[in-house]
Amino acid sequence: MDTLSFMAAALSPINLMLAIVGVAAGILIGALPGLSATMAVAVLVPVTFGMPPEAALIMLGAIYTGAIYGGSYAAILVNTPGTPSAIATTFDGFPMAKRGDGDLAVTLSTLSSMIGGLVGAVALLTLAPLLAQIALKFGPVEYFWLAIFGLTLISALSEGSTLKGFIGAGLGLLLSTVGVSVIGADIRYAFGSQFLLGGVETISALIGLYCIPVLIDLVATPSAHLEPPEEGRGIRFGEGLSLMWRGKFNALRSAIIGTAVAILPGAGGSIASLVSYSEARRTSPRSDQFGKGEPDGVIATETANNATVGGGFIPTFVLGIPGTPPDAVILGALLVQGFRTGPEMFTTNVGVTYTFIGGLFIATLLMLPIGLLIGRYAFKSIVSIPKALLVPSIAFMTIIGTYAIRNNPFDVVVMVVLGVVGWVLSRYGVKPSPIVLGLILGPIAEQGFVQGYLMGNASGSVMGAFFGRPLSLAIIALVLLSVLFPLWRAWRTRSPKETANGH
Amino acid sequence: MRQTRFTTWKLGALMGGLLSAAAIAGPAMAADTGSFPDHNIQYIIPFGPGGESDISARLQQKYFQDITGQQLIIQYMAGGGGAVGWSQLNEMDGDGYTIMGTNLPHIILKPMGKDPGFKTEDLKNFFYFHYSPDALIVKKDSPYKTLDDLIAAAKKAPGSVTVSGSGTQSANDIANRRFESMADVKTTYIPFKGTGAAVTALLGGQVQAEWGYTTTAANHKDKVRMLAVAANERHPLFPDVPTFKELGYDMTGGAYRGMAVPKSTPEDVTKKLSEIFGKINQNPEFRQKMEDLGFVLIDVPYDQMDDFMAKRRAEYEKVAREMGIIK
Repeated sequence: MDTLSFMAAALSPINLMLAIVGVAAGILIGALPGLSATMAVAVLVPVTFGMPPEAALIMLGAIYTGAIYGGSYAAILVNTPGTPSAIATTFDGFPMAKRGDGDLAVTLSTLSSMIGGLVGAVALLTLAPLLAQIALKFGPVEYFWLAIFGLTLISALSEGSTLKGFIGAGLGLLLSTVGVSVIGADIRYAFGSQFLLGGVETISALIGLYCIPVLIDLVATPSAHLEPPEEGRGIRFGEGLSLMWRGKFNALRSAIIGTAVAILPGAGGSIASLVSYSEARRTSPRSDQFGKGEPDGVIATETANNATVGGGFIPTFVLGIPGTPPDAVILGALLVQGFRTGPEMFTTNVGVTYTFIGGLFIATLLMLPIGLLIGRYAFKSIVSIPKALLVPSIAFMTIIGTYAIRNNPFDVVVMVVLGVVGWVLSRYGVKPSPIVLGLILGPIAEQGFVQGYLMGNASGSVMGAFFGRPLSLAIIALVLLSVLFPLWRAWRTRSPKETANGH
Repeated sequence: MRQTRFTTWKLGALMGGLLSAAAIAGPAMAADTGSFPDHNIQYIIPFGPGGESDISARLQQKYFQDITGQQLIIQYMAGGGGAVGWSQLNEMDGDGYTIMGTNLPHIILKPMGKDPGFKTEDLKNFFYFHYSPDALIVKKDSPYKTLDDLIAAAKKAPGSVTVSGSGTQSANDIANRRFESMADVKTTYIPFKGTGAAVTALLGGQVQAEWGYTTTAANHKDKVRMLAVAANERHPLFPDVPTFKELGYDMTGGAYRGMAVPKSTPEDVTKKLSEIFGKINQNPEFRQKMEDLGFVLIDVPYDQMDDFMAKRRAEYEKVAREMGIIK
């Protein structure tokens, strides 16, 4: 009963208003490529200093939720993930928009984000202390194997040639080594430039690799950017609902994957959505449609990335360890407010915590009306803006967005160079996703490996460290499954034909 | 078409808002420091948001406004463990309206090795306001009840005690080296990306101990125990935890934080900034908040900076030689 009354406090007019403003602001910031959820939260932290802690948390949570969802707009309409968590949304979202189903894709993304957000918030409300303990079982070795598992997803993500997928991933891994290494503090591939010391920023690479090729193609081809929708069709809410119903197991599975991955500090929304996408594709009866505009692809990634919001708060609140980068900012804001995370969040500060979780539920529900409204404008304007206006606007935003990440002009250069390289590579079949995957997973794999090796040496058995722990063995099994399953399926589809030929 | 313009306008307004929040303060030169500062000051943190440099700067924000009536606008310029920001500081406007956080041992250690794009003596530090004392931390249920327990275990099987910490050639790495040579033991230091990851490894039982700070222990009070603190006196939050000095090891230090201005900033403006931040440090509410988080306040104003830096440098040089940073 107490829980409920605390949660109801989130319904006070002022808190409700903050949630609405937060969600709307988050959606807009998230929708702009380069302005990520982390930045959305960081920019608005000072605004919350004057507020009571509950209100501040509700506002920050709402911005965060909104931004993660807003990232899908740019992914669907411009093929550029607005935030890293929306990478996999481009796979099917953009093809849908291209053929004139952008409105449906936005509606689906809204519904999925809401469902994912709710599942994450329920996990936060009910299972937080338990799940946080599981997160602690993941050591460096497990992160190493997890990164390897992520890299094996390339076979699922690369359309056509697996080899080209691995070439892309190799390039991404190489890019990830640029700069000062965390372990050893060696300076690698900086070529004497102080700007390269900071390494290749993931979001600048993301903007370059995804957005620049779109811009080049827009200029190079006479056809319209997106197929215009039929007149007077509205938001296709009913159609979206029935597709959601069809994909209900997919949505549930993706939401659980999203929550689970977010609990592991350092993994984050991009990995959560990639894993759930490849799972959706693996289990779908229409798996050959994935990548060509399959609604289930959008459902999978968008439920998963919004589930990371609630999931990521679990280690943040229970352990004081941020689950995702925006959580780190929110944790900092909490400390400045004089709040300590940990079990106190569920004992002495329980009022604040439950009011916040209530606020998170409300923000997630508000995403539906606000999202559908903004999404409708976004879709219509992208479709109706003439190309001559669209291209410079997007180009301008990519530059501002890249610069804003860490106020480094050199990041803009890196973004443009990678964009041009990415465009050329993509013409030869090396797609941007494996490159970005390599860039994101490289440091996780590298650090996990070296830390695991050092720990193994200290305990006297390196092999024991990597192969002797039950949790690592489970992840190794997943790796094998992910590598062998496509081979097995290829073998199964081929063998009947071969037998037929034999007769 | 009307809808189109509406959306574009909204995006424009948003971008404008963000830009003006991030705008570099105007070029106005304060000839008379009496009115300085007469507009907002941008405070660049050369790390990402959410870390201790960010949190302590956020705490200063409020009191800066109380004293001057102007705001501190915090921005981030992360990369290369601070090197990306510091290497650009001297090219920024030297009018006092741009300041940047600087950290020890980072700004002394980095230039000792490979060229990070800046020199220690080129950074014009004007105030150092606190430090997070190094602390050797174990889990609550660890068999090491005291520092001696851990030393005994490390002596018995050299290299078998694993200790996590944030980064290589960082404050934690140095603390471990100094400790190893003072106690004559060998441990295995395992670097992680940031204090958060290092403490996660400790809480998860992946390592036996962690080099962290009093702030880390304050944050995870119920789950960890500090064996010793590298401060001159016991920390008010932890009256039961001995200092290394009490236990016979001459070890004080940690991660120090302060602020610098571009080299071209006039002397009188620099002094004024030093005064303002000195005043913030005297505010009882600010002191209380900082102590509650585990920080230890220090006052190193502009005119004592050279002395302070020289002392730290002498300390780090010895360790840097042992670590092979200086060859």
